[in-house]
Amino acid sequence: MTAIAPDQVAELEELALRVRGHAVRMAAGGGCFLGASLSCTDLIVHLYSRFLRVRPDAPQDPARDILLLSKGHDVPALYGTLAELGFIPRERLANHLSPDDSLYWHPNRRIPGVEFHSGSLGHLLGVGAGIALDARLRGADTRVVVILGDGELNEGSVWETALVAAAHGLDNLIAVVDRNEFQANARTEELIPLEPLTHKWAAFGWDVETVDGHDFADLDRVFGALAARAGRPSAVIARTVRGKGLPSIEGRAERWFCSLSPEEMHALIDELHGGARAALRSEPMVVR
Amino acid sequence: MTATLRPATAAGVRPSAPATYESVLRDLALADERIVVLTAENRAAIRGLPPHLGSRFIDVGIAEQTMIAMGAGLALRGRLPVMHALAAFLTMRAYEFIRTDIGLARLPGKLVGGVPGILSEANGPTHQAIEDIALMRTVPHMTIFCPADTRELLDALPALLASPDPVYLRYIDRAPLTPHAPRFTPGRAHVLTRGRDVALLTYGAMLRECLDAAVLLEAAGLSVHLVDVRTLQPFDDDELLEAASTTRLLVTVEDHIGTGGLATIVAERLVAHRARARLVAIHLEPGGFVPTLLPEALRTSGLNGEGIARRVLDALTRHRPD
Repeated sequence: MTAIAPDQVAELEELALRVRGHAVRMAAGGGCFLGASLSCTDLIVHLYSRFLRVRPDAPQDPARDILLLSKGHDVPALYGTLAELGFIPRERLANHLSPDDSLYWHPNRRIPGVEFHSGSLGHLLGVGAGIALDARLRGADTRVVVILGDGELNEGSVWETALVAAAHGLDNLIAVVDRNEFQANARTEELIPLEPLTHKWAAFGWDVETVDGHDFADLDRVFGALAARAGRPSAVIARTVRGKGLPSIEGRAERWFCSLSPEEMHALIDELHGGARAALRSEPMVVR
Repeated sequence: MTATLRPATAAGVRPSAPATYESVLRDLALADERIVVLTAENRAAIRGLPPHLGSRFIDVGIAEQTMIAMGAGLALRGRLPVMHALAAFLTMRAYEFIRTDIGLARLPGKLVGGVPGILSEANGPTHQAIEDIALMRTVPHMTIFCPADTRELLDALPALLASPDPVYLRYIDRAPLTPHAPRFTPGRAHVLTRGRDVALLTYGAMLRECLDAAVLLEAAGLSVHLVDVRTLQPFDDDELLEAASTTRLLVTVEDHIGTGGLATIVAERLVAHRARARLVAIHLEPGGFVPTLLPEALRTSGLNGEGIARRVLDALTRHRPD
């Protein structure tokens, strides 16, 4: 992968802005996990645009790379990306939460481009390890990327799989941690501290990189270098900001989930494009 | 290896003699490259497979959840994962992974639970899988197969692996109990004897005890109808209704708690069919059985032939039939 050109960065930024717009629109009419989605929007946009070998016209292509969204509640970022890249029509996003479609708060395989359902945390690193193992048995060069939430790292099964994947040398497995420093309504370091996080993955036998999860040049540099690894799975710790792109909800514990009024939705779309900060009055979802 | 995985052909399977679970699984796997054998560091039944299967034998260590998740990932790519662990840890530690990753996705994950029920003998309550059937029944699309001896297990294994659905197999390694048995048909029970007075419905390790009980009951002058249910899900309603309509008393016998196992299934099916029957349920209690060697575990639980026969005779003496 050659270094990304400035105009390509600008294109990705435009694409990510449109995906953020989809996520904000999905937060009206019933809501979605908007804060959690915005932290990994740039990650997902980058991976689909620059790293994963996938084809919107053939989402089941056997030779494709696999992306699994283990922190499933950030699925609006994935829905938006799939719509922008042509896996699903953009108009379909208007069906969000409709009983007649399958666009709900967590991913499922009825949506073209979605590889597996998730929502229960701590599952998909193991599922990804199974896919990576199959690829190795076939001699295929499939890469399997699993996006994990940092709060999700509380789950023991993540670390169980981390041990197993390292023991079996699954070097085609890549864990990407959306390190937005929040879990539901708490700061990770105030509830169950994760630091030093890079040391933890390294101690489990993984190659570890850190990246600015909102900087496409940095994302390109880090993911472009991963191909060189052999014999060890890779972990990428992506430093991100919950609610990135919307200063009115950035870094706010209670804006994990947002159920917006139509007025709030329009104000946030305006804010996304450089307008004034929106004043949100809708009830936040607080689980603790 | 081709990109498309080849299913087994009948000609490719050459069972060797004497057949064991390991030899049959080996031959099936050698004939079908979709099969991947996984274990959570429990190789008791598959110790000899690694040299034959090479990289298609995966030991994940003591990590049941990861084994199930990896099996789901393998199955998503067209593999047939056959996953081994002690029944207690497989079905309880990894329950949500089985339900969410295998069941909801309707993937052909094959779960093999070691030392289920009374077979954990002296291990103690931590190792007693006596809720496994209740749990596996709640998993979408799950087939539950509980063979009574090695022949039943081996007879069924090719069909269980060929099924597109998830399967829970209550593993047993025991010499054949009856001189002949009909070939395995999914969802069909095996009726060993047809009788008029009492029907014993059972599965797995309890079939041997029910055969002993039947001898005692026949000696007491009763005509015994003995059903080896074999497949708990889907259930053979026809043979249940036959037993209910031709005998005076239905008795379920199982090394499982009374909730969610055979007793529950029978009650549910009878209600669903609006059939009437007197039912006595012989089962283990929540909290488990006395940890000891098998004969004593059976005796102290009232699950040996003598204990079963006594319960049946008590029931027939205390209650007059309709």
